[in-house]
Amino acid sequence: MTPSKDVLRSDERAIYALRELYRKFGYSQYRVGKFEEYDLYARNKSFLVSENVLTFTDTNGKLMALKPDVTLSIVKNISFEEGVTHKLYYNENVYRTSAESHGFKEIMQTGLECVGDVDIFAESEVVMLALRSLESISNDYILDISHMGIVEGLLDSEDTQGADRDDILGYVKSKNTAAMKKLAASGRISEKLCDTLCKMTQMYTTLAQSLSIIEEFVTDGKMRAAYDELRHISDTMSIYGLSDKLYFDFSVVNDCNYYDGVIFKGFINGIPDSVLSGGRYDRLLLKMGKKCGAIGFAVYLDALERFGKEQIEYDTDVLLIYDTDTESKSIIDTVKLLSDSGKTVKTARRADEFVRYRQLLKIGKGGIEILETND
Amino acid sequence: MKQMINIALPKGRLGEKVYSILEASGFECPSIREQNRKLIFENEEKGVRYFWVKPSDVVIYVERGAADIGIAGKDIILEYSPDIYELADLGIGKCRMAVAAKKDFCDRRDGVLRVATKFPNIARNYYNSQSRDIDIIKLNGSIEIAPILGLSDVIVDIVETGKTLYENNLEPKQDIVDISAILIANKVSYKFKNAEINGICEAVRKNLNL
Repeated sequence: MTPSKDVLRSDERAIYALRELYRKFGYSQYRVGKFEEYDLYARNKSFLVSENVLTFTDTNGKLMALKPDVTLSIVKNISFEEGVTHKLYYNENVYRTSAESHGFKEIMQTGLECVGDVDIFAESEVVMLALRSLESISNDYILDISHMGIVEGLLDSEDTQGADRDDILGYVKSKNTAAMKKLAASGRISEKLCDTLCKMTQMYTTLAQSLSIIEEFVTDGKMRAAYDELRHISDTMSIYGLSDKLYFDFSVVNDCNYYDGVIFKGFINGIPDSVLSGGRYDRLLLKMGKKCGAIGFAVYLDALERFGKEQIEYDTDVLLIYDTDTESKSIIDTVKLLSDSGKTVKTARRADEFVRYRQLLKIGKGGIEILETND
Repeated sequence: MKQMINIALPKGRLGEKVYSILEASGFECPSIREQNRKLIFENEEKGVRYFWVKPSDVVIYVERGAADIGIAGKDIILEYSPDIYELADLGIGKCRMAVAAKKDFCDRRDGVLRVATKFPNIARNYYNSQSRDIDIIKLNGSIEIAPILGLSDVIVDIVETGKTLYENNLEPKQDIVDISAILIANKVSYKFKNAEINGICEAVRKNLNL
């Protein structure tokens, strides 16, 4: 049985739509447990968005954690063979702190990982699936993409030191060109680099249109490779017919320092925060001693909860009032009759102010009586 | 279709000044000058909707998308570090965040320093970078009185001319960071209302010769 549209909330609808989408492209579901040994997160702190992990002691004294992230649990279990690509998706709850609530929050997350022998086609397919994931939620969406190779290439072109580098990345992230200019004025970066950074951060068009501008700034091999990758993705997306939704945004940079290739973030008009984020993270696998590629993304379904929520006018179509001496059979028959005609029915002994109804019916000895109709 | 841009203005002198700039840049909304108790002011033709909020709340309205753009002091941005775009430094409302103390006070670094401030995060970051142990006393106003009454050793606060400090036998000791008004934007609005936001941003930049 497929549930009717009004039964599902928009986040629940999204889960089904996303599952269907990922299955269509041969991704299989991967389930992980709710708990994980804390040690895994302690070793890979920089991969987490926040260092705060909800921990507890297991019955055997081991320190355990409620999963703040699914990707780590998946990649740790994956074995690598030449030429094999694991295509997986998951739908799990994760536990993270949120700045707003000043405490831990349960977040429903659906995501997708492509791990193993990830070539440029597989990578483009993941970007396409990210776009389609957004599309399945709303038609008014944008996927912003950038490439860490370009960001790092630009910063490597000059002797930018640790603290300065973090500062610059912060300015890039907030499109703060005024601060970059100040940095140049104080001689910590060159005018030329400042100019390039400003131009790149202020540019905001589709990836296809940005490519020629990006190419101007390519200086070394690392940046060239990154540029070629972006160009290939852009070409592939135009085959899929999605290129007008893929934007190049230089301000999409790492929240954690594991992403090392393409990096992307998805947005839906009407939701004030990003709903999808992902990228290529070969570096994490390398750190785990696996020499293979990995790319993936997560969709934050909690952000959808308030999206597209229509104001419900009525709690029920019919509020059916009965007396103590009404026979059960006649109540049941009436309810069946009404619900067969597609109406929702709530039975009660009396109408109260908390129930909003379209129609108020009373069932008594003399049959059904219409007391009130709102429409 | 032209989309309306919601603009959060900080209540007070800075906000008035900022509105004058926006007005001069071609985004006027005459009803805002009228004396009444309305909270939201709209000019449909120009596609702008203004509202006044408490200065420290501007970043919250913008970060959560209730306002598409807003004007906030750098002090507020540093204190709350919201996830927003800083599109332009308007160069007005200039002042600085500084450490101040009684004229005869000298930090010998021989104990925990008691710091009174409205900006605990900025103070903590500054002293962390100096590996200094501090005890933060969060106050909500009249910070200057804290060292005089012995509540704290120093204060971290905004200094404009330093007049209030000098009149109370205090003086600025170290500058932490320069402050001015910043035009900020919600990250998602910037994407879906890009043309409109850039239009306002460019007009303001031009008007101020930035």
